[in-house]
Amino acid sequence: MSAGLIYALTGVLLFVMGAAGVVLLDHLLRKILAFNLLGSGAFLVMVGLAQRGGGVDPVPHAMVLTGIVVSVAATALALALARRLLAVDADPEQD
Amino acid sequence: MAKALPRLLVVLLALLLAAALFAAVFDLPQPAVDLPAQVAANLAQTGVEHPVTAVLLNYRGYDTLLEIAVLLLALLGVLAIAGKPATRTAERVDPVLQMLARIAVPLMILVAGYLLWAGAHRPGGAFQAGAVLAAAAVLLNLAGLLPAWSTPGKLLRLGLSAGFLVFLAVAAGLLAGGELLRYPPQLAGGLILLIEAGLTGSIGLILAGLFLLTSERGRSR
Amino acid sequence: MLDPIPWLIVLPPAWASLAFLLGPGRGGRLAIIGLTLQLALAFMLAGQLLTDGARVYAVGGWGAPLGIDLAADGLSALMLLLTQTVALALAIYARAYFAGGHGGPAAWFWPLTGFLLAAMNALFLSADLFNLYVTLELLGLAAVGLVAAGGGGTQVAAALRYLLVSLVASGAYLLGVALIYATYGTVSIATLTPLIDAQAPLAVWLAAGLMALAMMVKTALFPFHFWLPPAHGSAPAPVSALLSALVIKASFYLLLRLWLGGFEALGAVIAWLPGVLGAAAIIWGSIQAIRASRLKTLVAYSTVAQIGYLFLIFPLLAGGGLAYQAGAMQIVSHGLAKAAMFAAVGVLMRATGRDTVDSLAGVAGRLPLTLFAFGLAGVTLMGLPPSGGFLAKWLLIDAALEQGQWGWAAVVIAGGLLAAAYVFRVLRQAFLLAPPATHFEAVPRRMEWVAFGLAAASVLLGLRGMELIALLGVGVAT
Repeated sequence: MSAGLIYALTGVLLFVMGAAGVVLLDHLLRKILAFNLLGSGAFLVMVGLAQRGGGVDPVPHAMVLTGIVVSVAATALALALARRLLAVDADPEQD
Repeated sequence: MAKALPRLLVVLLALLLAAALFAAVFDLPQPAVDLPAQVAANLAQTGVEHPVTAVLLNYRGYDTLLEIAVLLLALLGVLAIAGKPATRTAERVDPVLQMLARIAVPLMILVAGYLLWAGAHRPGGAFQAGAVLAAAAVLLNLAGLLPAWSTPGKLLRLGLSAGFLVFLAVAAGLLAGGELLRYPPQLAGGLILLIEAGLTGSIGLILAGLFLLTSERGRSR
Repeated sequence: MLDPIPWLIVLPPAWASLAFLLGPGRGGRLAIIGLTLQLALAFMLAGQLLTDGARVYAVGGWGAPLGIDLAADGLSALMLLLTQTVALALAIYARAYFAGGHGGPAAWFWPLTGFLLAAMNALFLSADLFNLYVTLELLGLAAVGLVAAGGGGTQVAAALRYLLVSLVASGAYLLGVALIYATYGTVSIATLTPLIDAQAPLAVWLAAGLMALAMMVKTALFPFHFWLPPAHGSAPAPVSALLSALVIKASFYLLLRLWLGGFEALGAVIAWLPGVLGAAAIIWGSIQAIRASRLKTLVAYSTVAQIGYLFLIFPLLAGGGLAYQAGAMQIVSHGLAKAAMFAAVGVLMRATGRDTVDSLAGVAGRLPLTLFAFGLAGVTLMGLPPSGGFLAKWLLIDAALEQGQWGWAAVVIAGGLLAAAYVFRVLRQAFLLAPPATHFEAVPRRMEWVAFGLAAASVLLGLRGMELIALLGVGVAT
């Protein structure tokens, strides 16, 4: 059971928890956090499996870097939407 | 009770998926294609020495181009969503925090510059450097030294899009000569540094903008 | 010689960034110039494919699996042509729609649309699984930005739901890519296709399941369609048109690509499931459209129903090329028709100032062109000859009967009748006499002509069906 495999299994758990969280949780912020968990899980699986052999595979590392940036961008958009929803709900005249 | 049943079902499905994935991860064969060997074999022609940077900016540079587009797009989305600019408050800030910001930020800018340069030989590069720059901007805003942004003016819009435009320009320039993003081996190192420099600035501004456009903190008194 | 493939990808983000630089509200003219060039490039590519066959383009000169490959075959060319055509028409429509500050703030509509088109062009040309993930995210974020732009509570809530659903789906897709890379060591579709067969390890089966599920959710297949009516129904008309006509086809295209690129071996045994869900989508979507009180909701549920036809092809793909042709024809004709329908609805809503079906009374006298456009679009959705929709459904029924699967043919016919029900509901309401106090706003003629043009194109498509099918045949074994 190499370190890479342990990372991958942890990643699987995070992914599944995140996915369940987005569906089951009610609070918007928690849904967004659950999505981040899901993303991190997928990245961990990718990186973990890259290390399961002898050497380290640089290609998944680059892919995960790209994935992290995309994830940050998506989270920013989701948070902006959530804040706007909050602002509109608090002050329905604002449009 | 009516709500508990579908929730239980979701949890059950999730556990099932986890179990299946566990089994799958244990059952993986040796891959048919050996990419790390190919990456190492061609490393000398990529213009950088670190394999991850080579993959990121040369072998799969097209992914990076699209990724910068995603960042810029997220900023556009945040701009499009914002309604009336939130009332910016000018609250009093702890002077210790301000002192910390004043000391830390120049250091952070230095670190960002180092990370940008180091990316060619060891872990580092445009994204990491840009993230540090953005963190510096956020720190300045939290310390009340940098007011939150409203709709960006011409200069700021230029800064935000410059990185992407430089990357696109290099790609188009290379297109005129050969294929999309095909760097001539002797120019590869220089072009990649140029692209990364532009990206660092823009990524820093975009990430900072994602925070500062929704912040409510004005300049401190 | 100018190579259309890289320029189709480089041009949209270039004018999108320039539109951003110009400032809020600007960029419309730039968009139209850019789109005209893109349309020309798409035609050029189609011409090249018809003479020389399918093309592969190695970005960076490295070639798969080390680098990223772009690939163009008949299906990609068809999708690119559809995208540029519909987008150009809608750009002309949108300029008139947003002119003078009507239709809500459009501050960043043009840069957002430019990036949307960049994502679509990149998606249709990509042959690399991870690159497709990045294009999917680009597409999703652009679409969400457009839905939410400048909107109030309902729009933002719909956009947020759309975003979260889209992100979970992309996450599942990414996990699938991770598993495939771990198994085979590459993410290049061309390299993977010969490697995937029914003896693949569990990881590949799970990956295929995750990725297929992700695409079904993104394409709003029943029962994952819940996010679509609010999102498409609350956005401004040009945005709804772009989303229903184009964006939703991108994830379906990806599913089809994956299916033909190796997953067919894995999915053959379960191919009836998307068919059944598609049939349910047709029935359920049509019923909801018939019951909808708001115009936009009606058209959005119509999209849910028409998407169902696309999934009917999966059980029939193994038996020959007719189902593939049917799917492509349905994508193109629905794209044109739905864009026309939303454009027409935008005109009607602007004119009456209200968004319900009941408020349409008297419109027939005031806006005959728009109503005619709506009717023509309806002809395609119902599947009446000689429209493109008729050709698509004819091919689908033919494929079903050829393989002895009568059930699907029955569903197609039922769907046509149900579509007639909601189309005629709108038309009937419009021909009623208006209450005397009704006031109709003036609407720019340009918007009406765009709606009419798109609708006419979707109907006349059936006459040119043979050329399209010839283009489709480039580079495919079927």
